Amino acid sequence: MKLREIFTNGIFKENPIFKLVIGMCPTIAVTTAAINGIGMGLATTFVLICSNLVISLLKDFIPSKIRIPSYIVIIATFVTIVGMVMEAYLPDLYDSLGIFIPLIVVNCIILARAETFASKNPPIPSIVDGLGIGLGFTLSLTILGSIRELLGAGTLFNMQVMPNSYEPALIMILPAGAFITLGLLTGLINKFTTKMD
Amino acid sequence: MEYFNKLILLFVSSALINNIVLSRTIAICPFLGVSKRVDTSLGMGMAVMFVIALSSVITYAVHYAILVPLEIEYMQVIAFILVIATLVQLIEMIIQKTSPTLYSALGVYLPLITTNCAVLGVAIMNIQEEYDLIQTLVNGIGVSLGFTLAIVLFAGIRERLELADIPEHLEGVPIALITAGLMSVAFMGFQGLIK
Repeated sequence: MKLREIFTNGIFKENPIFKLVIGMCPTIAVTTAAINGIGMGLATTFVLICSNLVISLLKDFIPSKIRIPSYIVIIATFVTIVGMVMEAYLPDLYDSLGIFIPLIVVNCIILARAETFASKNPPIPSIVDGLGIGLGFTLSLTILGSIRELLGAGTLFNMQVMPNSYEPALIMILPAGAFITLGLLTGLINKFTTKMD
Repeated sequence: MEYFNKLILLFVSSALINNIVLSRTIAICPFLGVSKRVDTSLGMGMAVMFVIALSSVITYAVHYAILVPLEIEYMQVIAFILVIATLVQLIEMIIQKTSPTLYSALGVYLPLITTNCAVLGVAIMNIQEEYDLIQTLVNGIGVSLGFTLAIVLFAGIRERLELADIPEHLEGVPIALITAGLMSVAFMGFQGLIK
C-alpha cells in the first residue's frame, strides 16, 4: 500500500469516528467548542504517531502474550508527556479538557491502531498511519465542535457569528446535544457515502 | 452522622445525578458496543462493578502509599493503568480457577474492561476530589451502579428499536446515539434530587 493511500485511508475510508465508531468518550465529552475539538484531536494525534512509531520499532521484541500491557505502558508514557507539556504551555486548554487528557490512554483508537497496524508494519508507514488516523479524528472532532458551538453559544472559535437576536440552544452544549448531533451527522454521512458506492 | 449523610449524597450523586455515561460522558464505548441485548449488558455491568470496586481501593493505596511518599505523582497515569491491567488479568485467572459458573458469565467481558475509561476515570477522580478510603469505595460502587443502570435501560430500548421502522440511513449506530441523547435528557431530571 502506498504511503498516500495509508494517509487518506485514516481520514476518509477508516475515519475513526464516523466509520469505525471508536474513541467515542472524548468525542462526546470535549466537543462543546471547536477549539477544544482541535486541542483534543492534536493531542491524540501526537500520542498516536509516537506510540505507532515505538511499537513498530519494538514489535519483534515484545512477546505476544504480554503485548497489550506493553502497548498500554508505551501509550501511557506519551500521554503523560502530552499532559505535562499542555499543563505548562496551554493551561486554559488543559483545564477545559480536564480528566480527558489522562483518559487518552484508554482511547480505543490508539490501542486499535497499535494492534492492527503498527505491530505488523515497518516504522515509516506506521507514522503515516498515525498521522492519517489522527487527522481524521481531529477533523471529525472539529466539525462536531463547530456545529455544537455555533448552535449552543452562537460563536465559532470564540468569535460571535450568529446575530445578537439568536437565542443559543443550551441543549447543544450539554451531553444530550453531543449524542444527537453525532447521531444525525453519522446518519448524514452514511447517506452520502452509500450513494457514492 | 453528618459523615454518613455525606456518603449517601455522594452515592446518589455518582449513580444518578452525575451518571458516568449520560452526564459525565465517560465509558461510551462499552455503552454503545455491549448494549444490543439486556442479559449481556447486565453481565458487563456486573463485571465493571467488580473491577471498579477493587481497582479504586487498590489505586487509592498505590497513590498514597507509593506515589506520594516518593513524590512521583506525575507517574499516576502509568501506575494506575498498569495496576488496572494486571488486576483485570488476575481477576480473570482467579475466577477461571475458582468459579467456572461466574467465569462463563463474566469471562468474555473482563478483557474489554482494561480499556473501559470508567475504571481509570474513577481512579483518577477519586484522587482529584481527595476522597478518603470509604468515600472512594462508595463512589466506585455508585458509579458502577449508574453505569449498569444506564446500559441495561439502553439495551432494553435497543431491543425494541430492532422491531421499529427506522429511516434506512439512521439504522444501527446513528439511531443508538440519538436514543442515548434522549436518555441523557431524561437523566437530567435527577438534578433536582440534591439542592
